[in-house]
Amino acid sequence: MEQKTPLYARHIAAGGKMVSFAGWLLPVQYSGIIAEHMAVRTGCGLFDVSHMGELVLQGADALSNLNRLLTNDFTGMEVGQARYSPMCSGGGGVVDDLIVCKLSEHQYFIVVNAANKNKDRDWMAGRLTGSCTLEDRSDAYAQLALQGPRAENILRKLTEDIPKRYYSAVPEGKVAGVSCMVSRTGYTGEDGFELYCAAADAPGLWDALMEAGRGEGLIPCGLGARDTLRLEAGMPLYGHELSDAVNPYEAGLGMFVKPDKPDFIGKEALEHARPVSRCRVGLEVTGRGIAREGCPVYHGERQVGTVTSGTHCPWLGKAVAMALLEAEYRQPGSPVIVEVRGRQIEASVVPLPFYKRS
Amino acid sequence: MNIPNELRYSKTHEWVRLEESTAVIGLTDHAQSQLGDLVFVNLPAPGDAVTAGEPMGDVESVKAVSDVYCPVTGLVSAVNTELEDSPQLINEQPYEAWLIRVEKISGTEELLTAAEYEALIASEQE
Repeated sequence: MEQKTPLYARHIAAGGKMVSFAGWLLPVQYSGIIAEHMAVRTGCGLFDVSHMGELVLQGADALSNLNRLLTNDFTGMEVGQARYSPMCSGGGGVVDDLIVCKLSEHQYFIVVNAANKNKDRDWMAGRLTGSCTLEDRSDAYAQLALQGPRAENILRKLTEDIPKRYYSAVPEGKVAGVSCMVSRTGYTGEDGFELYCAAADAPGLWDALMEAGRGEGLIPCGLGARDTLRLEAGMPLYGHELSDAVNPYEAGLGMFVKPDKPDFIGKEALEHARPVSRCRVGLEVTGRGIAREGCPVYHGERQVGTVTSGTHCPWLGKAVAMALLEAEYRQPGSPVIVEVRGRQIEASVVPLPFYKRS
Repeated sequence: MNIPNELRYSKTHEWVRLEESTAVIGLTDHAQSQLGDLVFVNLPAPGDAVTAGEPMGDVESVKAVSDVYCPVTGLVSAVNTELEDSPQLINEQPYEAWLIRVEKISGTEELLTAAEYEALIASEQE
């Protein structure tokens, strides 16, 4: 039985096509995936991402626990600053990818993938040491994402609590009178904000944002556009580009691994992980068709990898994909063949991301 | 939901306009709304044989691929080449954006009237 987010009634009222995702009922689209994707690239879109998990790590030893559980280094953050990190197992495979926001010296807000929330909570809680607790606050929070070049204009009508820098947050902000954390983060490749509020306040916040965005072309956007946007921006998705069978170096996330840290789970395995024998690449389909997750990738007669995510990207107007390929074929320009439903389709390795905002 | 009276419908959401000795085939308004924004169509070629109830091609939306079933048995006499570059015409005008024309028809699937098709859609949504 799927869970409903606090915004369920808003989705139905707005004509959302509801689907089941990670145990939640969410809209895959309202007006259409292409229209929603283009709105985020040119104006603004509003997403319900309340299904994501929120964990709070607290205590005198919170920082040392973070640094041991995750591969990135969380030393020296300012209050309100956020960092992205993989969380690895002892073998170096990825348990989840997540974002950590510093609320205070001894309190950190961790946002995790909906599908992995229980796994992450149990994994971390079972590995805490010293004076530190982990609380699952997911049910208490709703999350709205306001994404696009007009996001700041729209938000400014409702609040002055606007974080200045990407990957920073105002932990105790007020938007249209609603208490929330305002974070300058997102999963679209555009400027934008993620707002974390109490579940009961979510419908009022949604209404205020939609009203403020009325003259700016703001439309509600669903999971379909969320996926095409993040793929176009070259962002990995757990269960596709990341899994316990892939390490951060293979996934191209080496900059979020700090091997000089004294100790962290997976450190020893990752010390022996480079150079990688396979890696995440971008593919552009040059033939006719769409490469999708699971399609084998060939060089000549030999399979050299598999597509991990792929779709038609509305802004680019072409089919692109991410794939895990043997490292020797990673050079942009390498020609490959993707097998799609029995047909051989030409594609080419291209640099990631496919789209970068200017 | 638009369901023109003069057409006939398959249970797999294709529409058929039976002209003298030709059938014109497309996707219904219900089908295009379920599929979402279409970005590719793969259709047979003129001269290909098609068989009632069998897949004759597919359409791709951003999210997924779906087979298109042919409601009649015969030979493809024409293919709507406009759809190659503009598959979204199927979403915009499902009853104008025909997919194929078939001649030498030797059989059909069970075809529904507009009222029967409307009832089918309603029952599928329960």
